[in-house]
Amino acid sequence: MEFFQYLGAATRESFTKLGRASYFLIGMLSGISSVLIRPCLLLKQMHSVGVLSFLIITISGLFVGMVLGLQGFYILSRFGAEETLGVMVAASLVRELGPVVAALLFAGRAGSALTAEIGLMKATEQLSGMEMMAIDPIKRIISPRFLAGFLSMPLLAALFSAVGIIGGQIVGCGLLGVDDGAYWSQMNANLDFQKDIINGIIKSVVFGFVTSWIALFEGYDAIPTAEGVSRATTRTVVNSAFSILGLDFILTALMFGDN
Amino acid sequence: MPHNNTQDTLVGLFVAAGIASLFFLALQVSNLSSFTKGETYQITASFENSGGLKVKSPVSAAGVKIGRVSSIVFNPKTYRSVVTMEIDAKYKTLPDDSSVSVYTAGLLGEQYISLGEGASDSYLHNGSEIEFTNSALILEKAITQYLLKSADEKKDSDDKKNSPKK
Repeated sequence: MEFFQYLGAATRESFTKLGRASYFLIGMLSGISSVLIRPCLLLKQMHSVGVLSFLIITISGLFVGMVLGLQGFYILSRFGAEETLGVMVAASLVRELGPVVAALLFAGRAGSALTAEIGLMKATEQLSGMEMMAIDPIKRIISPRFLAGFLSMPLLAALFSAVGIIGGQIVGCGLLGVDDGAYWSQMNANLDFQKDIINGIIKSVVFGFVTSWIALFEGYDAIPTAEGVSRATTRTVVNSAFSILGLDFILTALMFGDN
Repeated sequence: MPHNNTQDTLVGLFVAAGIASLFFLALQVSNLSSFTKGETYQITASFENSGGLKVKSPVSAAGVKIGRVSSIVFNPKTYRSVVTMEIDAKYKTLPDDSSVSVYTAGLLGEQYISLGEGASDSYLHNGSEIEFTNSALILEKAITQYLLKSADEKKDSDDKKNSPKK
């Protein structure tokens, strides 16, 4: 019986949390118009969310591309199809690894920072202080951060893929002796703009939306103590990773499932 | 809030890098640059077997790409596959007795249509149909034929060897 009581309570808790999150989302989205009037708020957040994630994204992208080059060459050379290395590297980066790994890194690098920042603001009663001054903290604090995350994510994912493709070329053509022209021309002939690039961008837009939402909501919903903030930060990373990977499966099934 | 110039510059650089990589992906990686939707005209050809040909497969003449396959449908009356091709309007002086063949690029490569030269004075135009078609080479069929042929030859030679004894 105790187990069922626990299960019921957990279900109720998760529903109320989902309700709070949706309510928070509506407030956050309606605050976007006031962000656009004051773009310097957005710019500051773009700096802390996007620019400071730039380095980790490009370096990870480079290494992921180089590893793909090595592994792809190892498998493809068995079939005498080294020339298609470019297709393999580019397709796996643009379709999957670019959006997914960039979003996971983004959740770890920027999402956790957002949660900790908002949670600490709540713990030190800065948010209540703003409310006392008749400033809506959702409009002033949350919406600019959300918009910054939402806009930065596709750019970071595109950077990740582009740098990864160049990394694959460095290893494949420079180290392993795949023909440079074949690398690019095969890639060019076999990747489709609509099907591969646009779908990859759609994925990264969805991931940017979800990770920013989770990070900001967890911070805003944190128990205002040191322990509560630390738990909220952990939850941000864990929940973001789950939702990114789960959504990736659903999106892939929708986009590429029909052939 | 005071504007911070360094911050503006950094964000600007970040956005520029992101957009530049999007363009890189669109132009260098995918086929957007060769996807120029210029003037085209359509021609059709019916094949006994179009093999692994796909929509968007290239149509080439003398190794140069001059168009794309736009649709492949099966005609249940003639039991043939009808392939519609979109040819770049630049190439409007193709003789109407040209032949088309389905070839494979490399051993494992994609299949494409190759246009062989004709000698007629009248040219292909929108809606015209090519009469001379060569079907795709089906590897299994070719191997089977070869095996059967060699088996027959062996049988013949065996018969010849055996016949004097009888």
